[in-house]
Amino acid sequence: MKRPLRVVVAKPGLDGHDRGAKIIARAFRDAGFEVIYTGIFQTSEMIVRTVLEEDADILGLSILSGSHMHFAEEICGALREQAAREVLVIMGGILPPRDIPKVKEAGVAEVFGPGTPTARIVEYVREWQGAA
Amino acid sequence: MTGNIDLLARAREGQIAAVARLLSIVENEEPEAAEIVRATHPDTGHATVVGITGPPGAGKSSLVSTLTAAFRARYPRVAVVAVDPSSPFTGGAILGDRIRMRERFLDEGVFIRSMANRGNSGGLARTTKRVVNLLDALGFDIILVETVGVGQEEIEVVRVVETVCLLTIPGMGDDIQAIKSGIMEIADVLVVNKADRPGADRAVKDFAQMMTLGTPRLDWKIPIVKTSATEGTGIDDLVAAIESHGKWARASGDARRRSLDAMRKEVETLLRERILRELAERVTDDHLDRAAARVADREVDPYAAVEELLA
Repeated sequence: MKRPLRVVVAKPGLDGHDRGAKIIARAFRDAGFEVIYTGIFQTSEMIVRTVLEEDADILGLSILSGSHMHFAEEICGALREQAAREVLVIMGGILPPRDIPKVKEAGVAEVFGPGTPTARIVEYVREWQGAA
Repeated sequence: MTGNIDLLARAREGQIAAVARLLSIVENEEPEAAEIVRATHPDTGHATVVGITGPPGAGKSSLVSTLTAAFRARYPRVAVVAVDPSSPFTGGAILGDRIRMRERFLDEGVFIRSMANRGNSGGLARTTKRVVNLLDALGFDIILVETVGVGQEEIEVVRVVETVCLLTIPGMGDDIQAIKSGIMEIADVLVVNKADRPGADRAVKDFAQMMTLGTPRLDWKIPIVKTSATEGTGIDDLVAAIESHGKWARASGDARRRSLDAMRKEVETLLRERILRELAERVTDDHLDRAAARVADREVDPYAAVEELLA
């Protein structure tokens, strides 16, 4: 049986603006993925624990608070240590362009800024799945 | 093959990623699933498995969160399996039960897993029973199973758990709801949740009165517990009711009867799946198309077409 991709969508930190996270969760659902939605105010530890327990393929982080560097390093680092296999980490939200190479350096595969059509994000994930 | 034995060893040590991977193999019915079930089946039957069911919005996830903490205070290891519906159109799902369960994420004695029902209609996924068995074999003391929001007929949970807690909330329905067939018949413990809202006492009274009308199913008197998951009231009463039902079920033989019923269903399901798979190898889509055309052209009748396909 072909199993659906499992995606955790999480909002780390003190940032309650969850509209973007909900929109992408919905888009992933409509693409046929199983989306584990954690809600807001998550710590890095909580997010990593969720990804592990749910055996997720993908982690989508939505950050609008400016704390993207901190969370990218902490979460990607912990996943490298503890996950049994590769987890695709993608990020959405508002990042200064100069920070994008830095979060990628930390382990984030791609960053999707405001105005990105959800179809493009889904397509990105599908391409990753096809290549894996 | 040795990879799975190694995975099993790591899961038995409590490694989260290993437990999670094993659950996926069983949930996805990957080729190794049978081997894992074979290796773990002898270790099952020790956990107390409790079902939480009820209509959408009754507060199942919040109550499961509060119950998880209460059980965790009494037992070393608690697992939660929370089921949400898959879209019948895309197969996708939003598994949102964790939103209500955040504070317990980091306790090493708690393991939470979300499952999509993947088109199964009984309130659980087809493989929920196998996932629960695996957690049981891995040494969890308490396993809470949260169903999708149910209507009146989704009663599969009764085949997976020892004690079914049916949630309702004040104002959900009048006393006639309480004597309808289906979901009301599987309750071992009735929970009036959101009891901080007006009408809770009325709901309790309606249920209590209805239950005096008929002959009880068994010599278990279904307790009615008022809870408020947000205020944390009634939780100790609920835990006590669940524990006393478990004791009764084991002593009376009801647990054994239920387990036999569940295993029968499980074997039957696997048998049916196997037969269908073998049939699909013999009777291909091509064969079916040709048979359909012959029936449509009135060359044969549908019964004869089936005889031909199986000949």
